[in-house]
Amino acid sequence: MDTRTVTLADVRTLMARATGDEKHEESTTSAMDALWVLYDRVLRIDPTDPDADDRDRLIVSKGHGPAALYAILAAKGFFPAEWLDRFLEHDGHLGSHPDRTQVPGIEASTGSLGHGLPMSIGVALALRAKGLRAQRTFVLCGDAELNEGSNWEAILLAPQLALGNLTLLVIDNHSSILTMGPWPERIGSFGWDVHVVDGHDHDALDRAFRIRHADVPTAVVADVPEGEW
Amino acid sequence: MRDMRQAFGATVSDLVEEDESVAVVLAEISTSYFERAMAAHPERVVDVGIMEQTMVGVAAGFAMEGFHAIAHSLSPFMAERPYEQLKLDFGYQGLGGTFVGVGGSYDYASSGGTHHAPADAGVMLGIPGMEVLIPGHGDEMSALLRATYANGRPTYVRASVVTNAEAHRAEPSRIEVLRRGADATVLAFGPMLDRTVAAAEGLDVTVAYATSLRPFDAAGLASIVAEGSLLVTVEPFYEATAAPVVTAALADRPIRYVSIGVPRAFIHAYGEPEDLDADVGLDAAGIGRRFRGLLPIR
Repeated sequence: MDTRTVTLADVRTLMARATGDEKHEESTTSAMDALWVLYDRVLRIDPTDPDADDRDRLIVSKGHGPAALYAILAAKGFFPAEWLDRFLEHDGHLGSHPDRTQVPGIEASTGSLGHGLPMSIGVALALRAKGLRAQRTFVLCGDAELNEGSNWEAILLAPQLALGNLTLLVIDNHSSILTMGPWPERIGSFGWDVHVVDGHDHDALDRAFRIRHADVPTAVVADVPEGEW
Repeated sequence: MRDMRQAFGATVSDLVEEDESVAVVLAEISTSYFERAMAAHPERVVDVGIMEQTMVGVAAGFAMEGFHAIAHSLSPFMAERPYEQLKLDFGYQGLGGTFVGVGGSYDYASSGGTHHAPADAGVMLGIPGMEVLIPGHGDEMSALLRATYANGRPTYVRASVVTNAEAHRAEPSRIEVLRRGADATVLAFGPMLDRTVAAAEGLDVTVAYATSLRPFDAAGLASIVAEGSLLVTVEPFYEATAAPVVTAALADRPIRYVSIGVPRAFIHAYGEPEDLDADVGLDAAGIGRRFRGLLPIR
């Protein structure tokens, strides 16, 4: 597979290779399009040098259902596609929550909800402290993940630190039992620039991800149908 | 004499100036010590407000980017409230960082149980790889911080309002033998040293001093506790917090082991730390009574 010309169809084939029927509950479709747009169009990360200091950062905070993420990373050449065959297996590297010590391209070990957004603020501050002004930090959260109070600490904090280099991506598959919206009013009231887009519309996602202000963090809410996991 | 909190503030402020890879994340506690550092280096000395989970998460983000992150709050809000962030963001992710909790056990006695943290050292030991340091003096705080802040390992430093009168040569994993005796070995941790020495006056015991639980000077302890002898630890945190490291160090020999520490019960009394010490038997008089009850009558 040529990692330069790989398509989302290739990714879907790779994901099926990982999940199969018996592991379907570990697959995910709600975040696939947003992740694909990030890795295919937005993030500046060299798969052959995934720790390069001048890369963009993506922290996948919710960690749940990482098969799509793994398939995209394999398709882009971060690790061999053969790793997908051993998804969740004892002799493999790919668990149901990603581990930064095991998988190239994984920035943070996540799975316990509510950790990634605070960490992403530290990463965004660190980029600023290092003088890496062009680099960006993205963090992916689920709508239900945002029930966790630590996220709201971070949502309160990020605008007050003027983190224009931070983008929060919310995958809203309407899985929260608590009402989370309306997003623009709720997160926007803390000082974020909030954009709600169709979570399967690649061009709309791309446009939203490219919004970057000097000193205001951006939130992109990718809306997908209820029940899509 | 600088107390441990002042020593922490001064030393970390100096480290910020000396080492551009130091990042400090505060949660409104002790910010007065860092006004100069925050003004000079606002990009890496940050007060996040009263949000300890996010304080540790932000510190982890700095650590992910190669900074030597230092976070700080009162002990219950450093060791207990953000416990999962310490466990996962630092421990599981394999990141180094320094976490300084001030006010262990009942240092802030008049504040009541919400501000007590005698479990701090014990719960930190529950995180694999988390090192636990217990300075007994402001100068020891400074020495231990400088020795460990850049070692790439997660480290909890237990600062105390209570201090010994004199500083010792504090190094992680080093037990210092202060005097030798025949009837028992007494090992004091951090700020318990002075009262332990006072309690042991007139007794024929070895008195030793430790400022770390992990790493622990297992060889040093084994060299002063003979087979069949009595070992007494005097601990500023919950009693038997040191038991796992002490018993592991002496696993090759039968001994008698007693821990004197804070009883495992909530405290509903106020006053000064010395008042609560007397209540729970951790003043010199109370420790002396325990010693005499354990030692042979001569």
